[in-house]
Amino acid sequence: MESWRNNRLVFAVLALPPTAWLVIFFTVPLIIMWVYSFAERGPQGQIELAINFANYARAIEWIHLGIIWKSIWIAAVTTLITFLIGFPLAMGIAFAPARWKNVLLLLVILPFWTNLLIRTYAWIAVLRTRGFLNFGLEWAHEKLTILFGFFGTAQVMGEFQPLELLYNQKAVVIGLVYVYLPFLVLPIYATIEKLDKSYLEASLDLGAGHWRTLFSVTMPLALPGIISGCLLAFILSMGTFLTPALLGGTDSEMIGNLIARQFSSSRDWPFGSALSFLLLYLTFIILWVRASLAGRKAGPL
Amino acid sequence: MPDSNTIITIRNVVKRFGSSVTAVNDVSLDIRRGEFFALLGPSGCGKTTLLRMLAGFESPSEGEILIDGEDMDGVEPNKRSVNMVFQSYAVFPHMTVHQNVAYGLKVAGTPKGEINQRVGEALALVQLESMADRKPDQLSGGQRQRVALARALVKKPKVLLLDEPLSALDAKLREQMQLELVRLQKSVGITFVIVTHDQNEALSMADRIAVMEHGNVLQLAPPAELYEYPNCRFVADFIGKMNLFDGQVVGARDGRVVVRVNALSDRVGDLELPYDGEARGGVGVAIRPEKLRLSSSEPVDEPVRLRTRIMEVVYYGDENHVFLEAGEAKFTANLQNVSRGAHAGVVRGEDVWISWRQEDTLLLTS
Ligand SMILES: Nc1ncnc2c1ncn2[C@@H]1O[C@H](COP(=O)(O)OP(=O)(O)O)[C@@H](O)[C@H]1O
Ligand SMILES: [Mg+2]
Repeated sequence: MESWRNNRLVFAVLALPPTAWLVIFFTVPLIIMWVYSFAERGPQGQIELAINFANYARAIEWIHLGIIWKSIWIAAVTTLITFLIGFPLAMGIAFAPARWKNVLLLLVILPFWTNLLIRTYAWIAVLRTRGFLNFGLEWAHEKLTILFGFFGTAQVMGEFQPLELLYNQKAVVIGLVYVYLPFLVLPIYATIEKLDKSYLEASLDLGAGHWRTLFSVTMPLALPGIISGCLLAFILSMGTFLTPALLGGTDSEMIGNLIARQFSSSRDWPFGSALSFLLLYLTFIILWVRASLAGRKAGPL
Repeated sequence: MPDSNTIITIRNVVKRFGSSVTAVNDVSLDIRRGEFFALLGPSGCGKTTLLRMLAGFESPSEGEILIDGEDMDGVEPNKRSVNMVFQSYAVFPHMTVHQNVAYGLKVAGTPKGEINQRVGEALALVQLESMADRKPDQLSGGQRQRVALARALVKKPKVLLLDEPLSALDAKLREQMQLELVRLQKSVGITFVIVTHDQNEALSMADRIAVMEHGNVLQLAPPAELYEYPNCRFVADFIGKMNLFDGQVVGARDGRVVVRVNALSDRVGDLELPYDGEARGGVGVAIRPEKLRLSSSEPVDEPVRLRTRIMEVVYYGDENHVFLEAGEAKFTANLQNVSRGAHAGVVRGEDVWISWRQEDTLLLTS
């Protein structure tokens, strides 16, 4: 029988809707943005088409480079923490008994079923000065004070000071780790799950302990998944906007917020477009480095 | 107490998975120092599970395992002086051949100079010196297997465990590796325990074979004894081919029992078979296909002879397999083609006489 790909009409009919969708809602807006990025902002915020690189030059001024650098830094810290939590989690799920696996995976994916905005507000309720976390700490403090009171040393506990957890970079990192954890866990889980477990047994059999096996065998073999997961977490947190907007303070404006501001209060679409494309180029560079690294490894010697 | 000749003692070992699966069911056996030992049985009989208990990847539900006199209860795989060649070889894909073989020495903290020397020796042993810097994906299946062998042998284990080591190789290479494994085992003097479902593999390589079925060891014997004196119908049938008939013991006469085979009694009368045990009731009577003789005229000096019809002749080059019938009784006879056209007269539809020696007949009580 003929492959359906060879039947051009069928192929065209089937391929048309997704292609049209991509062109209308992705490619065309992207091209418009790209054209805008070379335009000029009129006095009332209108867009005056032109060909100049002033927006790009502005984007790499120190003040904006600072924000980009901070975004990279926050994304890096977020990725590191997400990995430290996510890798053991992925291992745990991959090695869990078969009947637990699906339940655990479901728990990881479950947050996706709730709107991100609502989940982020929930973090505000947890982290704010009179939030659940501080309530919990205060309660523990109270009990400890009573406990120390039995020994007549209640004063060592001092007065309870609620922690300043919200509206700073820490809150942003906490929020980002929470949001992007599943993106890191799933690819790592998928590679470990597929891994032939006899590699790990062979390592043990040859006299290696569990830690040695983890670092010498499991992690190198899971590297493709680790890289994918970390890149995903990094790129997504780099471009994030909602989390720093809601949980961050004055010290935690990220490039996403800067871009969003150009399209709203600043009404400077050309500059916003240039910033967006800068972020896009950055992402491309990261992906390109990753692809060429992977290509080199797969090549002969 | 196991004597100093015993390297592995398995005592009343049971392994259950969950409440319904009993993979190994009360196995007791001794493996001797320096022997080539085979666990043979059909798929799912518990061979791998038993091997994995020796390696330490599974722990027995009951019973005990001693390796070189030491109780292995609670001893982790990385603390056991045995090494394993996995069915999938499990050669680390991110390490070179050299790094793979060196891994076990490196984790043991062996000095670098000694590592290089021993890795070199191990690679020479499996003829892979020239491949030391290759990655596993640049090796053939047979070469990967040699890496797995070298990687285990370089640790100088007391016992080398091999799980179906030849099953992934093609027929020619498999035969060659059988010989090579035997040569290797004799030259390093390490006890080999091999798991296989292939009777030819076990017969050709092992010094002793334990035949397993449904988690039980049915018979433990050297290859020739296993083949010539199987102790039950399962072993008789599993090892090689067998003509098997149902019969009843009808009497006993000085070291021999008299057996009536329903399908044969009206043609050959009762059979008098040598048997030094006690036998009564229903028994199995068996004769190997290659022990049947065919002749066109009646072999009058043979006590067991009958006339049969040739139903089918299958030509294998080195052998002809001849399918015969005499009333209810069906036989298979294997004839060696000792010279060209040696069995030109054996054709379908002809009648021939078959005969065999009483002493070659087996009596199977279970
Ligand atoms: N980890 C396990 N969990 C449950 N059942 C198992 C496990 N390993 C083996 N079994 C069962 O135990 C029996 C023996 O398996 P195995 O030892 O692999 O047989 P063999 O190697 O002889 O083919 C099989 O029925 C198999 O399904
Ligand atoms: Mg098996």
